[in-house]
Amino acid sequence: MRARVEAAVAAVPDPELRVLSIGELGMLRGVSVDDGGHAVITVTPTYLGCPALEFIKADVAAAARAAGATGVEVVVSLSPPWTTDWLSETARAKLADAGIAPPGRLSLPMLAPGCPRCSSPDTTELASCGAAACMALRRCTGCGEPFEHMKAH
Amino acid sequence: MTSLFDYLLGLGDDALVAAQRTAEWCARAPQLEEEVALANVALDQLGQARAFLGYAGELEGAGRDEDALAFLRDEAGFRNAQLVELPNGDFGTTVAKTLFLAAYQKLLFSRLARTAEPRLAGIAAKAAKESAFHVSYASAWTIRLGDGTPLSHRRMRDAVEEVWPYTHELFEPWTAPEAGLDPATLREPWLRVVEKVLGEATLSRPQDGWAATGGRHGRHTEWLGPLLAEMQSVHRAHAGARW
Ligand SMILES: [Zn+2]
Repeated sequence: MRARVEAAVAAVPDPELRVLSIGELGMLRGVSVDDGGHAVITVTPTYLGCPALEFIKADVAAAARAAGATGVEVVVSLSPPWTTDWLSETARAKLADAGIAPPGRLSLPMLAPGCPRCSSPDTTELASCGAAACMALRRCTGCGEPFEHMKAH
Repeated sequence: MTSLFDYLLGLGDDALVAAQRTAEWCARAPQLEEEVALANVALDQLGQARAFLGYAGELEGAGRDEDALAFLRDEAGFRNAQLVELPNGDFGTTVAKTLFLAAYQKLLFSRLARTAEPRLAGIAAKAAKESAFHVSYASAWTIRLGDGTPLSHRRMRDAVEEVWPYTHELFEPWTAPEAGLDPATLREPWLRVVEKVLGEATLSRPQDGWAATGGRHGRHTEWLGPLLAEMQSVHRAHAGARW
């Protein structure tokens, strides 16, 4: 039962980055199911002001119920704070497929991202804050196309 | 020394009033790109306000939630520093306010992230990462405008001069036992950050002179009242309304 609920909840898509699930984003921090089928699910927001959190909580509860949970409690935890290092490899690949250059690892030196479209390493920053504070807008010198870059944080 | 409740109100009110002011740029920014960036800064500030005020309400235990605290307190009940209630002025003034506030918040939240009070530490750790983006955004603009044309240099310099007296209040003795932090200890590291940015912007640090004070005790400038009137009008006109 726990495995089924966890798989269902992890697959809930992020309302802002629809190509990613909350599991791939690293927003799902814990799933427990007691003998009576009551699930407690812990999620963490990517940032405090995340307006999508209420939708995520509702979607998570619905997914858990659909997977057989008799009752659901969704707990929001802030610590440890979410970091882009929790993005799974699948998530990074999906971001690149969607035209968003994935973030580097915080533990590694910061490198300018390559173009997600043509893989050219020559890109320049147009704006440090794009559609979200964590998204920079860049342009590829190779193919000339602009793209978003999720900054490591 | 103030209570943790009062301290959380101060942290939350700084963020809430800054969010409301910054959001005034929506549909007024000089470029679409800056419009989106400023809206994101405002959204971060609003998220921080919700976290601090929500916790304050639970701690108080009097049935006031984040909305009650945001929309049903009067001016004298607000604990924000006066810096955040100043009018936006021109774009340079907004940039200066954002830089000074964010540099303070980043240092403050990084320190609070290490306090033994787990919930305060949790919110602060999250908020510190967001403030880092605001610092880098405001720094880039301070440098671009300060080290720009003669006109942009003059206006950025005037903005820094105008806002500077309101920064002193951020470092006044004001803390809660759970925070265990003397704000005065943040001033040196804050000056290092700010002076470096001003230097790159070919601007000099203003002289310390007259210093604004009183916000932490509910004494505000003439500009907070109209801001609250606008921010609170819908909630008060439709008391108890639900989506
Ligand atoms: Zn390219």
